[in-house]
Amino acid sequence: MSNSANHTNNYRRKFLAQSAAVAGLAIAPGIVLNQVAHAKADADKATDANRWGILIDTNKCNKGCTDCVTACQTENGWGKGETLSNKEQQAQWIRKVTITDKQTGHVQSLPLMCQHCETAPCVDVCPTGASMKREDGIVQVDKHICIGCRYCMMACPYKARSFVHEKLELQKATAPRGIGTVESCNMCAHKVDKGEDPACVTACSKAKHGAMIFGDLKDANSAISKELKKNGGEQIRADLGLNTGVRYQGL
Amino acid sequence: MMSFRQFAKHLVILVGLSALPVLSNAGDLGPVLPKAKMKASDKTECVEPVGDMRKNHMEFLKHKRDLTMREGVRTKEHSLVECIDCHVTPNDNGEYARIGEDGHFCSSCHNYAAVKVDCFDCHSDLPEGASAKMHTLNKTNPHHNDLAANGSLSQETLQVLTEGDKK
Repeated sequence: MSNSANHTNNYRRKFLAQSAAVAGLAIAPGIVLNQVAHAKADADKATDANRWGILIDTNKCNKGCTDCVTACQTENGWGKGETLSNKEQQAQWIRKVTITDKQTGHVQSLPLMCQHCETAPCVDVCPTGASMKREDGIVQVDKHICIGCRYCMMACPYKARSFVHEKLELQKATAPRGIGTVESCNMCAHKVDKGEDPACVTACSKAKHGAMIFGDLKDANSAISKELKKNGGEQIRADLGLNTGVRYQGL
Repeated sequence: MMSFRQFAKHLVILVGLSALPVLSNAGDLGPVLPKAKMKASDKTECVEPVGDMRKNHMEFLKHKRDLTMREGVRTKEHSLVECIDCHVTPNDNGEYARIGEDGHFCSSCHNYAAVKVDCFDCHSDLPEGASAKMHTLNKTNPHHNDLAANGSLSQETLQVLTEGDKK
């Protein structure tokens, strides 16, 4: 191939790529950009090139709204059929917490779930290696080797984990869960691997509250990193030095 | 020296004995496996040769489960969800058999071989969306027994436990 033909081809390639990008933007700006931002091929492993995080703005979080909790239940199939457990024992992958400042009377509402710590106490104490952190920072339970000892539940400062006491059936294909194992939020790893946002984050933006941002903390250009750089974000119990993946604003 | 009559008698007994196992197995053709939804491709029946799958399916599943669970690999090959989607099919009435029943693909063989399978303590035994036409779980099957799950024991188990002690 001659040099000039090569040059022409390169020019065409660039032009096509640009027009495709413009078309993508025109169709659905938010969705397309977001999916391109953290899409991973099915065969690829999760790597430490990413660290997934969620930033929650408590000032935007609606006090009466529980859409994130409902969305998590629908996505992962918890919250029903736990007939042998009392209220404190029943699964809570995510819960809404209301805090009142006694001095000022200021009331805040926020969703609380697994904080996906970098140095997770639950991973530290697990005797079998079932409580684990993926390369990309998602903390979860490998129920194949969980023996149900519940050390991790005691170690977690956020009470993020629960234990299944009942024999369950017809679980979600993407969220297997069963008797005798511990479970918690896994940041919807099955959705994240497909390049989608966790169910709670999607539900929050669908409800037009936009209090939750999901993204890659290691990518300086991601929405979450930019927002954190600009306005900061606190960790709950920062004194423990766990470097959580879930951060809060307005606490 | 054996007389002809004695020899004939022994021969009849010998032939009779050797025929016994053949006769007793005559009606048993092995487990009846429900048909899968489709072939994996034009060339292959399943994702691996059928003989290989029969012998080693647990190894494939175990390898894949660790890859998916711990490393986030989401390919469909060797995925339990894909096995269930393709192999667990409705019967002629459009009903799905549940795990533990002979009509369920996994149980058809696992019941025959008396090998317990605990995948379905956590994983669904039916393809997603198939629950409308399912059988309810058979409570007399020890794998589905509510008694075991809610902490109270069945009468038989209690009997074994208490009377076994006395002896």
